[in-house]
Amino acid sequence: MTKKTPTIESPICAIPRKHSDKIVQGHGSGGKMMADLIKDVFYPPLANAALLAGDDAGVVEISEGVHLAISTDAHVVSPLFFPGGDIGKLSVCGTVNDVAMVGAKPLYLSASFILEEGLDISILEKVVNSMKEAADEADVQIICGDTKVVAHGEADGLYISTTGVGLLEPGLTIGGSQAKPGDQVIVSGSLGDHGIAVLEARGDLGFETKLESDIAPLNHLIRAMLSVSNEIHVLRDPTRGGAASALNEIANQSQVGILLNEGSIPVKPAVAAACEMLGFDPLYIANEGKLIAVVGPEDAPRILDVMRKTKYGKEAVVIGQIEESPPGRLLLKTGLGSTRIVDLLAGEMLPRIC
Amino acid sequence: MKYLTEYRNAELVHGVIEKIKDITTQHWTLMEICGGQTHSIIKNGLDQLLPSEIELVHGPGCPVCVTPLELIDKALAIAAKPDVIFTSYGDMLRVPGSQADLFSVRAQGGDVRVVYSPLDAVKLAQENPEKEVVFFAIGFETTAPANVMSVLHAHQLGIDNFSILVSHVRVPQAIEAILSSPHNRVQGFLAAGHVCAVMGYWEYIPLAEKYNIPMTITGFEPLDIVQGILTTVESLEAGTHDVNNAYIRAVTEKGNQSAQAVINKVFEECDRKWRGIGLIPGSGWRLKHAYSKYDAEKRFQVETIQAEESPLCISGLVLQGLKKPDQCEAFGTICTPENPLGATMVSDEGACAAYYRYRTQTPDSREIGS
Repeated sequence: MTKKTPTIESPICAIPRKHSDKIVQGHGSGGKMMADLIKDVFYPPLANAALLAGDDAGVVEISEGVHLAISTDAHVVSPLFFPGGDIGKLSVCGTVNDVAMVGAKPLYLSASFILEEGLDISILEKVVNSMKEAADEADVQIICGDTKVVAHGEADGLYISTTGVGLLEPGLTIGGSQAKPGDQVIVSGSLGDHGIAVLEARGDLGFETKLESDIAPLNHLIRAMLSVSNEIHVLRDPTRGGAASALNEIANQSQVGILLNEGSIPVKPAVAAACEMLGFDPLYIANEGKLIAVVGPEDAPRILDVMRKTKYGKEAVVIGQIEESPPGRLLLKTGLGSTRIVDLLAGEMLPRIC
Repeated sequence: MKYLTEYRNAELVHGVIEKIKDITTQHWTLMEICGGQTHSIIKNGLDQLLPSEIELVHGPGCPVCVTPLELIDKALAIAAKPDVIFTSYGDMLRVPGSQADLFSVRAQGGDVRVVYSPLDAVKLAQENPEKEVVFFAIGFETTAPANVMSVLHAHQLGIDNFSILVSHVRVPQAIEAILSSPHNRVQGFLAAGHVCAVMGYWEYIPLAEKYNIPMTITGFEPLDIVQGILTTVESLEAGTHDVNNAYIRAVTEKGNQSAQAVINKVFEECDRKWRGIGLIPGSGWRLKHAYSKYDAEKRFQVETIQAEESPLCISGLVLQGLKKPDQCEAFGTICTPENPLGATMVSDEGACAAYYRYRTQTPDSREIGS
């Protein structure tokens, strides 16, 4: 069969649902639908070089040699409190990590709150204290904010948006397009903890896992990595859509193939068991305290060494490598020796996970 | 994980594959009935590891895929009603009806919720007495016990605002439909382990006898599947047509008799249309008259909707094992998981979705069955 795009005459079919006229939850999944929404709706009118780089933070040179990294993140997690964290900690760590993933040192954050009428102020206090704690650990300050209140029923408790600003050391070019064939792919620890912990807190599992979310600020870990190597090419925090989505983005931005080794991917037994029962793949489950690093092969051992000495990188491990082909594709070598594609998530998986 | 890691052991899997290689003397075409098996075969790349003489064709055992278009349209019409909470397993939300899918209904204000068990839907009905709660009861024999239990549970609790939209299908009748087709080229079956855990495999013995075809009750992990293939090939090479059980940790010949008893209490046999295949006599279950007040089709009086499938979508041929997904000209071009033309591209258990997600290359396409 020759590959061709067939001409379609109406009536087309059981109607393809592109969902291009209304927002559905799949548009927030971190997968293919969100990527398409960004490409089709946001990029055309807003396009500029920093935005189109498509990294976790936008980088701009504000004066000769001074590079600023800016990132923003809205948090709508449900429930507000879950094992290992809450929406406050998440709102600080999420943005700190996004700024840090381009190699910048996060310095300042802003925070805006959308509060639902009727919310207990004690809950808000608890959340704000948690933000303070996380900001202290990350060594950043929250220097401005905004508060809006909407009527009861128009929001679900509270939502927090944070924006972070960081400074980039001159000469650093870390980004999704920098992966090169031969590079090693490192993950800082086990995958899927956050997503499954939040699901459990919602009471959606019907069984207990005793898992905690992995939420953590990763900027100190990244500092440590940068102190031993100039060969860190890509950093990404695999949040919504999980490691599979982050690695697909990298494969696409760098136009390289990525081959993972299934046997080396760290997944906690409780996460693996929950995924088996629910029909999920841990590669697609959200993380909030893990990073993926694509690094030069010679520096990989040194980088792993220094990661393993830090609080959030103790279980760092190589899970795969960058290959020349197939460009834009993430592949997985299974435990049985066969190879398969790991694609972007097509639609919704777990809404309101962060 | 106990009972999982053992069945994914690479050394054991390769050991069985070696045995298959040793005994295979000619080309054999086997059909795995269940979409869960198709998913596992493609996800684990088992077809890459088998000798080239063993051809696996993918059967109709994906409940999401075979649910008829008209019924999905009925589901959409019911779900769009303002006083309804429509509950479903997650997969069904993306299956396109003729005008929309359940995601679209939800985006336009319909209360559509994913549940993991129909009993959760009964609970919802209890908690929302002012609403009508409907559960989309699709599936093969595997999901039937839980679905009928939801009706019995609602009945026992005197819950009147609960009903189910039934689209139940059965495996033995589908096997017979495939075997009696003049185009059939399936020489052996891997029967669906989970279905047989409920129903046993006594119904398969006369089928194997009548059509002179071996069948093996097969599980879902890599080792289960290669063991099922080995057992079937052994029968084929020996020229026998036994029904063998390669899933003894879950299946007995008689199956789960208490489950069968509750199914028989609530459901009765009926003709059922399969999406992409057509009407198969006696291949479905519906609610018995005594439980008809729980029948959402009756409760909501949704008009029969005549719907046309895409002329491009060959899911019917795929579901009958006559074509492989990548032999469709729409495959991967205009038909993708986020933009499916047919249900086989939607569900995780659909053959097209499995090919799209996991295949690293397009194998040579061959016209099958003509």
